Amino acid sequence: MSTMQPGGPRTAAAWLLGLILLLMPAFAGDFVLFQIFGWALILGMIALSLMFLAGYGGMVSLVQMSVAGCAAYMVAIFGDSAITQISLGWPWWITVPLAIAIATLFGTLAGALAVRTHGIYTIMITLAIASAFFYFTRQNYVVFNGFSGFNGVLPPPLFGVDWRQPVPFYYLALFFAALAYFLVLYISRAPFGLALQGIRDNPRRMEALGFNVFLHRIAAYAFASAIAAVAGVLLVWLNAQVSPGTAGIGPVIDILIIAVVGGLGRPIGPFIGAIIYVLLRTFALDFLVSLGLSGERFQLLIGAGFLVIVFWSPDGVLGLWDRTRERITARERQRSPLYRAIRGQPGGPA
Amino acid sequence: MRGAIAQRLSATGNASALELHGVSRYFGALSAIEDVTLTVGAGERRAVLGSNGAGKTTLFNCITGDYPPTSGTIRLFGEDITDFPPHERIRRGLRRTYQISLLFGGLSVIDNIYLACRGVARARYSMVRPRRDDAVMQAAFDLAHAVHLDDVEQSPVSQLSHGQQRQLEIALALAGAPRLILFDEPAAGLSPTERRDLIAILRTLPDHIGYIVIEHDMDVALQVSDRVTLMHNGRIFREGSPDEIESDPMVQEIYLGTGPDHG
Repeated sequence: MSTMQPGGPRTAAAWLLGLILLLMPAFAGDFVLFQIFGWALILGMIALSLMFLAGYGGMVSLVQMSVAGCAAYMVAIFGDSAITQISLGWPWWITVPLAIAIATLFGTLAGALAVRTHGIYTIMITLAIASAFFYFTRQNYVVFNGFSGFNGVLPPPLFGVDWRQPVPFYYLALFFAALAYFLVLYISRAPFGLALQGIRDNPRRMEALGFNVFLHRIAAYAFASAIAAVAGVLLVWLNAQVSPGTAGIGPVIDILIIAVVGGLGRPIGPFIGAIIYVLLRTFALDFLVSLGLSGERFQLLIGAGFLVIVFWSPDGVLGLWDRTRERITARERQRSPLYRAIRGQPGGPA
Repeated sequence: MRGAIAQRLSATGNASALELHGVSRYFGALSAIEDVTLTVGAGERRAVLGSNGAGKTTLFNCITGDYPPTSGTIRLFGEDITDFPPHERIRRGLRRTYQISLLFGGLSVIDNIYLACRGVARARYSMVRPRRDDAVMQAAFDLAHAVHLDDVEQSPVSQLSHGQQRQLEIALALAGAPRLILFDEPAAGLSPTERRDLIAILRTLPDHIGYIVIEHDMDVALQVSDRVTLMHNGRIFREGSPDEIESDPMVQEIYLGTGPDHG
């Protein structure tokens, strides 16, 4: 665990980042707010739910995108969409909590199936569930409207605000992303999160300390799925549509890539991964065209980008950052013999 | 349901701490322990001796449920726990330490001890961070002090010396209100000073806490036990007071004669 020292350079950087995010609409255009940050914050939340399971719990779940997709579908089915013969048109204050509850239940059940397996088998089981969800939504026309899904799914005009306008949507996404981020950070030091890390390090010993390891793991899935479900509601409002492709195998794997590229060590990692992913997805095509290459090879550039990051730093951008900082402080210490005397601690800053 | 409650109530009576009846554990065709029948009284301190492969650790694994027995029954304070998962046994006052330290490498010393205290208390799923004056947190700090780890409370476990890790193992087993503790070679790899500390910790445990200790070092074993059980090839071979065991000619031949095995 990293400890934040009050008044340290790290805290200052965190405050600065917070300030920039809050004031973003003052200097960023609609496209950046909505298509870049709106999307990145949502993907970051879904990847955060994976980071909670994988980083703290040692469980790599590929079902988190499907949980978000499930919430998105539920909003479209119970609420309003252009597919009026299926959508029930219930008010948002029933639809949204119901969607989150159903998606969380889905994620919890998936977790209940997955927690008795380890490592690669957890990945296989959750991938199987994610595939099943994808094919089921694509083939079911009665409830999920098959291949085309639902369009025209809009956020409720609460407080007289059109929440799909870039600035309101940006703040909406930022609010829930920050909420999820701080919640995960807080819970990592509460008994629930601490015990989850204990289970990651040594499940057998946790049993021998009186913890019900399976139940605890399932509870972790429930908590992570609730975060992914909230992100799913935001996602359907961002896109105004949901279709099988929303939680297809591609996006399911993308969440894993985002979390790994950002770093699974701390909750900020998934958001770093998400912004890199969205920037690459958005600008890779233009970049290739500007080089005089054919734009349809943009996936290649994305893949190469991720390859470079994972090759240079298996623990993601966070790991890269941590090591660079360590190297700088180590060099500083070497350069000035006074440094240690002033700091008064041979081990250096924690 | 009523039966279960009656059983729990009887568990507080004069029942033995532990009763094993005809317990066997097979790994495939190989029997690790066979037909072990053993009674340990409440508050009794028992040493289990035996050469490598005698089945001592398997016996512990059966009692804690890490590997449930293939056949036989186990009663803990009168309650039949044969089919209970490990965490249910722990919540009933059973504790154990491991021969090779099983700690949480990614967490600090105090977090390790706090988890042990939380595991046998309520609110294991609490999403509220404990304050420093929280009762369970306070118990964790007291325990860190009791095993002389207060200097390294905040250090990650991976930075501890072997001796400190062994002390932490013991701290984890003392969390909450233990009634019967299984110590699996607590002295393994300790320096003479650390051994003396360990003996002091074991001898100053409150009277109502019983334990079973597996120990290769005869000196340690005989100093900290009221009774000694000798195992050989997965079976119980002899049982008696430390003096009786030490002077038994058969014991000397198969155990002491070949010299104690410092593994």
